[in-house]
Amino acid sequence: MDIPTDTPPKPSPVPDGKPTPTEQKRASRGATRPGDRIFLGLSRGSGIVLLGIMAAVAAFLAYRSSVALADDSGNFLTTFEWDPAGITTGGKPYFGIAVLVFGTIVSSIIALVIAVPIAVGIALFISHYAPRQLAAPIAYVIDLLAAVPSIVYGLWGAIVVAPNLTGLYSWLDDYFGWTGIFEYQGGAPRSLMTVGILLAIMILPIITNVSREVFLQVPKFNEEAALALGATRWEVIRMSVLPFGRSGIISASMLGLGRALGETIAVATVLSPSFIIQASVLDYGGGTFAQNIASKFSEADEYGRDALIASGLVLFVITLLVNGAARMIIARRKEYSGANA
Amino acid sequence: MKLQRMNRRALTLGALAVSGALALTACGSDDTGDKDGGKKSNAASKINCDGAKGQLMASGSSAQKNAIDAWVAQYRAACSDVQLNYKPDGSGAGITAFLQGQTAFAGSDSALKPEEIEKSKKVCKSSQAIDLPMVGGPIAVGYNVPGVDSLVLDAKTLADIFNDKIKTWDDKAIEKLNPDAKLPGTKIQASHRSDESGTTDNFTKYLKGAAPAAWPHEPGKSWVAKGGQSAQGSSGVAQLVKQTPGAISYMELSYAKEGIKTVDLKTGAKEPVKATVDNASKAIAESKTVGEGKDLALELNYKPTAEGAYPITLVTYEILCEKGNKKDTLATTKSFLTYIASEDGQAVLKDEGYAPIPTEINTKVRETIKGLS
Amino acid sequence: MSITTVKPTGTPGGKPSPSDLKAARLPRWSPYVIAVGSLAVGCGIGLAADLDSRMQWGLIAAILFVGVSYFLSATVEGGRQAKDRLATSVVWVMFLLAVVPLASLIYETVKRGSKVLDGYFLTHSMGVVADDEAGGGIYHALIGTLEQVGLACLIAVPIGLLTAIYLVEYGRGKLAKTVTFFVDVMTGIPSIVAGLFVLSFWILMLGFGPSGWAGAMALSILMMPVVVRSTEEMLKLVPNELREASLALGVPKWRTILKVVLPTAIGGITTGVMLAVARIAGETAPVLLLVWGTPVINSDPFKDAQASLPLYIYQQYQSGNQVGYDRAWAAALALIVFIMILNIVARGIARWKAPKTGR
Repeated sequence: MDIPTDTPPKPSPVPDGKPTPTEQKRASRGATRPGDRIFLGLSRGSGIVLLGIMAAVAAFLAYRSSVALADDSGNFLTTFEWDPAGITTGGKPYFGIAVLVFGTIVSSIIALVIAVPIAVGIALFISHYAPRQLAAPIAYVIDLLAAVPSIVYGLWGAIVVAPNLTGLYSWLDDYFGWTGIFEYQGGAPRSLMTVGILLAIMILPIITNVSREVFLQVPKFNEEAALALGATRWEVIRMSVLPFGRSGIISASMLGLGRALGETIAVATVLSPSFIIQASVLDYGGGTFAQNIASKFSEADEYGRDALIASGLVLFVITLLVNGAARMIIARRKEYSGANA
Repeated sequence: MKLQRMNRRALTLGALAVSGALALTACGSDDTGDKDGGKKSNAASKINCDGAKGQLMASGSSAQKNAIDAWVAQYRAACSDVQLNYKPDGSGAGITAFLQGQTAFAGSDSALKPEEIEKSKKVCKSSQAIDLPMVGGPIAVGYNVPGVDSLVLDAKTLADIFNDKIKTWDDKAIEKLNPDAKLPGTKIQASHRSDESGTTDNFTKYLKGAAPAAWPHEPGKSWVAKGGQSAQGSSGVAQLVKQTPGAISYMELSYAKEGIKTVDLKTGAKEPVKATVDNASKAIAESKTVGEGKDLALELNYKPTAEGAYPITLVTYEILCEKGNKKDTLATTKSFLTYIASEDGQAVLKDEGYAPIPTEINTKVRETIKGLS
Repeated sequence: MSITTVKPTGTPGGKPSPSDLKAARLPRWSPYVIAVGSLAVGCGIGLAADLDSRMQWGLIAAILFVGVSYFLSATVEGGRQAKDRLATSVVWVMFLLAVVPLASLIYETVKRGSKVLDGYFLTHSMGVVADDEAGGGIYHALIGTLEQVGLACLIAVPIGLLTAIYLVEYGRGKLAKTVTFFVDVMTGIPSIVAGLFVLSFWILMLGFGPSGWAGAMALSILMMPVVVRSTEEMLKLVPNELREASLALGVPKWRTILKVVLPTAIGGITTGVMLAVARIAGETAPVLLLVWGTPVINSDPFKDAQASLPLYIYQQYQSGNQVGYDRAWAAALALIVFIMILNIVARGIARWKAPKTGR
């Protein structure tokens, strides 16, 4: 058997959720059976319930944000300040998300760049390289690490990791300081880079778990066929495992990115935030959406909270764009996936 | 059927969790022992719990959390029917929850703003919210300079340090105040809170009040000056100072320990003032009441001339409705507040590192509480 | 196959092959030797250049290991084998790179957490113990977390699973597209925002007080998209041949899904659900807003404030004194162990129910 390239006959698109005649016919000639009808109803019902909840949350956020944005005297997208109480402007709210967009994207990119190769490496290690007796416990420990609450990562990051990074940063500054990105002026290394490293460690288990699960699903005959042709282990992986698992890896990375983008308490614990944008990722400063929400939330008044919600809404949009991009990549590689979706 | 199996799995887990939890209830205990029993039961006998029962919700300033803990321990010994939940998630969150009618009272490090009092009329029905000063505490300026065991600074120097004007520890301004200290040439790492906080509010109020020329920024809960490191929460700031040689920051006195030394403040008095509980009480005694009617909001004197008055002091208010906001919790609230404002209640504070409210102001607080109905 | 490309003689370290049918290979022990050697050199360079961060030592050793294995293999075994070795050594290095921080995290948690974690700690609430006094326990928080997470699962797992089934097995129309879209949106929801939503809807609008149930609702909102996304991914991986075979035998579609598709994917689905549970069990922000927290035991999730483990950890950390830190670490350890137990149970069930596979 080879990789299925023929997709089942495509049904005509259904205009809405109701079981139109086309859909009923498509539901595999079995929609007449009561079991099928009930099951379809149940699963579609769940989808609708989920949709209802999500739409309610989105509507709620949009409403609260609009309240906040109406009174913002700064430009919400380009202002480098966060002052919804108007301390510096004499009572007029003045806030914007420029710094947060920058910090969130930079720290998440750092996290992904570090975490994805390592996670795929570990996943391959568990699924293809490790001795069998070792693989299961390792997989289990990695699973476990996904369960460590972020506050513990935060504690550990601030107490154990950050003090150990000074040496690495000075070294990066010595050799790559000229790029401007790796400039380091000393001081406690509570920078976007540190956040990125910590986030990488935090999302590692998620990406590893999902990728491993995907690698284990690679049809055995594909690999065996390649091996029989005399391929080395790496060639097997490159030719049959990775193409098969690509959409899974991307999906796993997106799950990880979702956590990285929205990570709150760990970032707030290790970052030394400030409302500036700088080229260097090693010097302290910057901020992320979730960190800013966590830091400002408890002391914010009602309007301040609305302003923070507005920033949360932007985080949504960013996540949405990222997810959309991922969906497109996956769709393009669909022929490798064995499913009919 | 498979669906049932899937659901059964979830159900099993859920049921396992719930039933397990319920089964476990039998073996858990709220009884954490009575550590200093004699003292407690003695004080407890004086507490009046007329009509006090059920759950009392309150939230707000984390600065007074330890004081509340100590009070609750005493209070529960007398009125075991009462369960007091104080959530220390910040003054702002406390006021918001109070204004939404979620809590019986709020704890706040700053007095209510006029618009907040206006808003409170909705939740307080026929009355409005008032501030009752209940706990005081010094905000210490902690530093980590190896080899320097005592350091004297004045308001202007502090303002310049935190405003990035004085950049090294051997700066002339610091040397002049500390002729005997061996000051190193290291860079000053001025650090502040990254979250919004009443501590920042009170500290910047002091800088603005005592050295308006050197501190151009408006005081507020969030740090508006540029530059400097920052960390989340007082515990985060304390950790930062501990880890970073050359660092200086402000924090509640109880956080300034384990390697963090505190700055003595040069005020209008002859001798530099240490950050201690007693000295904070002296500063509160120098303050004047600015609240109207039953509201007892205080305004501290940031340039005290009295000996030993430490002006960087934070006063935590309990905020509640003039006439109580909910009928069913009013008796409990009144009973608890009566206790904490009493002599016994205030006497607990010193052991916990807080400054009691001076008698003159405290008398007015007690009168107001008596009038709650 | 590569016999022709390999030069059997004249290579340093490689013996001439005993048989012409076998290519020259590095001896089996060579990776270990290279590893030890690189580590030694890495440490040597670190010491000599006076690099104070151990991380750099490790990085240098790792780079050396990868480089040396590739170079040796390329000279002895030829290009294709060298690439294979490169991949192997890179995978090993990746694994070690990840293990070091993760092991450090576990080590620190166990070391600091075991200080106060004992029977008393597990069976007592905080009662009237103040934040800066020693003593007290996590019993109340443990119960709270168990109930809140259990309730959240009861809501989110069925809905999430069924939605994923709908999307993969049935959904093609606009509804499916919309659901996919909103699930994507919701993966990026900051947890505090979910908390705020339930706060304004359940507590402020409908006037209920804080309770474990309110927290569970917010947690289930956070959990649903994760369950849907991971289940969806796993269902897509089930080969079409399986479905077609089942349908061809005249099995109804719903039975095919329940009897063939789900059991095949059950391992991955369990992992996904466990990941989701892990995510919500560690959430602080919504719990802080909705469950409120309390120092005493309340085992009724539908009435009055409850406690929860992450909230407990957070508050103990915020208290900023040593006894608080000790309690925070101990509670973190307890939370990890709790999730570990859940994990074992779920995996056991999944393995028991799943069809036997080659691996």
